[in-house]
Amino acid sequence: MRTLLQRIVITVFVVAVATFFITPLLWFIFAPFNPQVSLAVTIPQSPSLANFAEVLGNSLAMRGLLQNSVIIGVGAMVGTSLVAALAAYGLSRGSIPGRSLLIYVLILFSSVVTGTASMVPIFKLIFDLGLINTHTGVILVMIGGLLPSAIFIMQDFVDSVPRSYEEAAMVAGASPLQIFRDVTFPSMRPGVMVVGIWALVNAWGAFLIPFILLRSPELLPASVTFYTFYDPESGMPQIRMVAAYAVLYTLPVILLYLLINWRYGFRFFGGIKQ
Amino acid sequence: MASIALSHLRKTFGKVIAVNDVSLTIADGEFVALLGPSGCGKTTTLRMISGLEMPDSGSIYINGKDVTNLPARLRDVAMVFQDYALYPHMTILENIGYPLKVRGVSKNALTAQVQAVAANLQIDELLMRRPGQLSGGQQQRVAVARAVVHRAQVFLFDEPLSNLDAKLRLEARAFLKHLQREVGITAVYVTHDQAEAMALADKIVVMKEGGIVQVGTPLEIYRYPANTFVASFIGSPPMNLLSCQLDGSQLQVLAGDDTQSIGIERMALPSRLTAGSQFTLGIRPEHIRLKTTPTANSIRGHLYVTQTLGSESLVIVRVGDLLITIRLFQDEAPPLPDVVYLCFETDHLFFYGQDGQVLQ
Repeated sequence: MRTLLQRIVITVFVVAVATFFITPLLWFIFAPFNPQVSLAVTIPQSPSLANFAEVLGNSLAMRGLLQNSVIIGVGAMVGTSLVAALAAYGLSRGSIPGRSLLIYVLILFSSVVTGTASMVPIFKLIFDLGLINTHTGVILVMIGGLLPSAIFIMQDFVDSVPRSYEEAAMVAGASPLQIFRDVTFPSMRPGVMVVGIWALVNAWGAFLIPFILLRSPELLPASVTFYTFYDPESGMPQIRMVAAYAVLYTLPVILLYLLINWRYGFRFFGGIKQ
Repeated sequence: MASIALSHLRKTFGKVIAVNDVSLTIADGEFVALLGPSGCGKTTTLRMISGLEMPDSGSIYINGKDVTNLPARLRDVAMVFQDYALYPHMTILENIGYPLKVRGVSKNALTAQVQAVAANLQIDELLMRRPGQLSGGQQQRVAVARAVVHRAQVFLFDEPLSNLDAKLRLEARAFLKHLQREVGITAVYVTHDQAEAMALADKIVVMKEGGIVQVGTPLEIYRYPANTFVASFIGSPPMNLLSCQLDGSQLQVLAGDDTQSIGIERMALPSRLTAGSQFTLGIRPEHIRLKTTPTANSIRGHLYVTQTLGSESLVIVRVGDLLITIRLFQDEAPPLPDVVYLCFETDHLFFYGQDGQVLQ
């Protein structure tokens, strides 16, 4: 039996931790509707949509959200899932000695090296390729960073597809391309979806890579556009814009989550959809 | 329809020799069963015929044409897999029609052909469903339909009935045999179930450790097992095999500490058996007479257990350290005393040398 004192201590501790995490969320919920917003968490005296009106009227902000972020996100999603599907298929079906070691080394490198440490060589590489200040450059770097983990996830899905599916297609007279298109790819579709959504969410939230590789304000994705919300005269951040823009920026990811949860209930994460 | 010839096939996986020097000819329209325990190389042989596995050496001919280096899709064979390998994302119609689709058959012609085959196999009600909604027996028929639909020259079956329950398996057995007769196809059928091989095949190829042990019709294999391996593999229950020694005019059954003798006057002993030589005596369970009193040339044993199988019953008798099975063609074994006497029918004896091969 716990003593009363113990229970009080535990409760106080839990409340303290919860407050620590909930406070920023409260700001995120209240601030967009507060025209007199500051960095303090306050309940709006006269709630209005004025902050949203200001953001919607800002062409650079809307361009970042509706165009640049979508291009980069979809580009990274399509590229990552396509290449990861093919690579995982090859790794799973071919006989490559030490294949699991290879994948672990790739993952290790990607998590250790693709961080801040590699920004200078990446910048130099993209600069020399003539891809600086282009969406293509950002997408390629995103794909490169996401691929090792994507292949690792995808391989689990490919491994769970019985080889006899492909063998049956082979005997039936299908060419390798037909087999991949008609049999293998549909069988690993849950994996492609998982990797694609994961890549999209990652690219949507990426800040450092587009921040370094893009120069023109009209090319910046939403994640970096936040950084341009400064008052040109005073140099003070425009917190009203930031607050409203944060909601618009988060909305697609939340909607995506709800959509998938509704359609699939995330049950396909096991690799076998029953 | 086609004949198949295998010539000195060999296949290794790393250090394991899966198939070693297998040569075999299969006539046009013949139903051949490759029979053996797991790991005997029967599935690897089948997969080499299909082109899913390439032999290390040796050649494969289909209709006299060398297909050894031809990929599977160009060999014009059809295969039914052990797990059926039905594509879960396609309907039954699309599954059965897939071999036609990759051959560029038009959609209308494809549907018509699939419907004809499905009607023949009594699965035409299921064409719009998906494999996951079908029972095991239905899935098995769909897998067969997919193999039949594009009229391949050669049919390959990789243990297609092993995932069915006993009753469905018997039904499917009759259905497959009927289908093979009707279509007149050349078929190679892999199984580890000797009853299945006996029931289906025109010719049985018994395999062991990567090599062929015996080839013959089911009756030949049953009546004249070439060695103790085949003798102990074919028949349910299989043949009784007893270690024996020839001692003058007596045949000694060596059963641990209980050695008993039988007179050999009425036996047709192989000429190679000489006094003192050891050998294995084989006798099928139905060729042993059970007595409750000692008679001439009987051996004594203790009743171990009786089994009632419905149409027949089995009596298992312990002699020394041996268990001998006797088949009685009556639905119930009569009440038996603890000590019983066994009489062998002398014209149904098999003699195997110490190398396991039959003695002529």
